[in-house]
Amino acid sequence: MATRNQRIASARAPGVRGGAGAWTFIGQRASALALLVLGPWFALAAPLAARGGYESVRAFFAQPVNALTCVVLVLAACLHMYLGVTEIIEDYLDKPAGRNAALTLNAVVCLLAAAIGVVALAINLRT
Amino acid sequence: MAQAQNATPSRPISPHLQIWRWHVTMLASILHRVTGAALSVGVLGIVIWLAALAGGPEVFAPVDQVLHSLLGRIVLYALVAALGFHLFAGLRHLVLDAGVGFERGMANLSAWICLAGLVIVPAGLWAVLHAMAG
Repeated sequence: MATRNQRIASARAPGVRGGAGAWTFIGQRASALALLVLGPWFALAAPLAARGGYESVRAFFAQPVNALTCVVLVLAACLHMYLGVTEIIEDYLDKPAGRNAALTLNAVVCLLAAAIGVVALAINLRT
Repeated sequence: MAQAQNATPSRPISPHLQIWRWHVTMLASILHRVTGAALSVGVLGIVIWLAALAGGPEVFAPVDQVLHSLLGRIVLYALVAALGFHLFAGLRHLVLDAGVGFERGMANLSAWICLAGLVIVPAGLWAVLHAMAG
């Protein structure tokens, strides 16, 4: 019979994710809290800005506050979707080859999306 | 892991989808995953939109045109509905994480409220945008 401390130690031991589970949990929820505010902000702001076409969208994201808010949105959304899609892949793909390829592709796409989004907003800020 | 895969291939698996009666908390769980996947595509769409913005008016115009087409509008509506559900359901999960709301009546009610988000959020956004067009 394991002692209480041994059981706690085994529950805390790194599992298949090499001990990353706590950060997965925290990251998913922290990004969720950010998106709870930023999602509705974008759903409201983007169509309003888009009414005036290119020039009005450019002007909207040329304001540092809006550009910065959108950068946080892009980063939070990319982290959130990275963790979410990883979970879906881990649930449905169990053959190591396809699973690992899908996990890598997901990581690459999410990193690229975050980078492109941030760079695009930075470029728009300077034009 | 490797050992488990080499073991008897015909191990019984736990009963899932086909033997369960449909209930609303199950639907909420499945829809949370489906809308999450859809919103991931939506995030890629936002990034493309921002990239087109950085590309200048010549690049932005065709993307804007696609968004204003009938198909574009339908996809945008679906994404806002997905956002509505996922937002409500995400909030529900945060509450459930705290160990609150697991009683059958409460869990069913909160699942129904999330489903209402599919309609309330797009309709609400539409109403607000119309009001601001004034």
